[in-house]
Amino acid sequence: MTAVLSISLDVNGERVETRVFPRTNLADFLREQLKLAGTHVGCEHGVCGACTVRVNGEIVRSCLMLAVQADGTSVETIEGLSDSGEISDLQNAFRERNALQCGFCTPAMLMAAQDLLKDEAEPDRARIREHLSGNYCRCTGYQAIVDAVEATARARKGRRP
Amino acid sequence: MKAAAFAYARATSVGNAIALLVEHGERAKVLSGGQSLMPAMNLRLLAPELLVDIGALDELRGVTVRDGLLSMGALTRHADLQKSPEIAVHAPLLVAAAAHIAHPAIRNRGTIGGSLAHADPASELPACMIALDATIVVYGPDGERRIPSEDFFTGIYETRLSAEELLIAVELPLARVNFAHFFDEFARRRGDFAMVGLAARAIVEGDRLAGFRPVFFGVGDRPMRVSAAAGLLDTVVTPDLLSQALRALDDELDPPEDQQASGEMRRHLAKILFARCVAQLLTRPELNAGWA
Repeated sequence: MTAVLSISLDVNGERVETRVFPRTNLADFLREQLKLAGTHVGCEHGVCGACTVRVNGEIVRSCLMLAVQADGTSVETIEGLSDSGEISDLQNAFRERNALQCGFCTPAMLMAAQDLLKDEAEPDRARIREHLSGNYCRCTGYQAIVDAVEATARARKGRRP
Repeated sequence: MKAAAFAYARATSVGNAIALLVEHGERAKVLSGGQSLMPAMNLRLLAPELLVDIGALDELRGVTVRDGLLSMGALTRHADLQKSPEIAVHAPLLVAAAAHIAHPAIRNRGTIGGSLAHADPASELPACMIALDATIVVYGPDGERRIPSEDFFTGIYETRLSAEELLIAVELPLARVNFAHFFDEFARRRGDFAMVGLAARAIVEGDRLAGFRPVFFGVGDRPMRVSAAAGLLDTVVTPDLLSQALRALDDELDPPEDQQASGEMRRHLAKILFARCVAQLLTRPELNAGWA
């Protein structure tokens, strides 16, 4: 039964039907089988947050989910969010404020930040920090990241009718 | 690291899951949300031969209120605790606690059944269940067993659940008008494991505590319901009485030392939480003066 299993899922809106080993986690599946390398693998035990993706619209740790558990789901990675333009303003804010240096944490940081911004129009800095608490950044000291998320929230609020 | 190779079976019913557990015994592990199991497997602390995935069992989902009890299926996620209107009304302690459980991405996958069966002594929900006088419902080859939460946890990662049984639900008495609750913890970083935490449910009658179930976590090998509170029942709590209770707590606790905190530091933090708890439950902030 360690044999490969068939799975069928949507990844960034495209149907994927393939076979995976039970031990393959969703992060490795996305990176190695689908070549979507924007999802990063840091600690592989749920601490660093670099592997954050969306499954059925909710953020999860893709290192703590088996690819076979994603059978029948809709998965969105940073490539999907980037290509659709959903987070282009957030990405610009990160760039303008130097909210990244090495960029390793950035895809997942954007995922987690967008997860907050789509539900809350006006999160304060404490709320932003709380929501990003599961994502490590070893370069920036976080201030610029919180600045970028806060600025994006304000700008989006201003654009609403 | 990556998990060692294993076989995978998606259970089709509770009966099917039990049959697989009976067949494979200790060589199998139940996969629920996987937020504790997968890290342990990736770190090669665990290498089960078979994972029995119960994630598709809809009968283990959902929150219902019936006959004076709140029943929560084992697959209720931490994120569901924060969103469920039934839980907000009938078990608000769990809403307060869920905000401290790891991070949003983990709360979207982690389940209450998984957390309770895993029985990490630093985790929030085991202590909450004892504070709320919950019953843990398990199902095995001989049918259903109902275990009082206070008896369920037996040590570090150890419970009264056998390798052939599945935790299927948790039942709680509904909150009453005069119930009050407290939850707080000290962690190095939001969402990290607590160095010390306290979950409590009280029955408040006027200016007195008519019932009080304070349960600490992170201070021993399992959640610890402390008896230091006994002297505070059915009386007007004075600063002197609170000091006595804190001394009793000091005697009662013998917390471990690890890389996060010394035993002495944990003892100190436990007393701070206890004073905060009593002050908050009785809405008497002055009782906490000098401790906050």
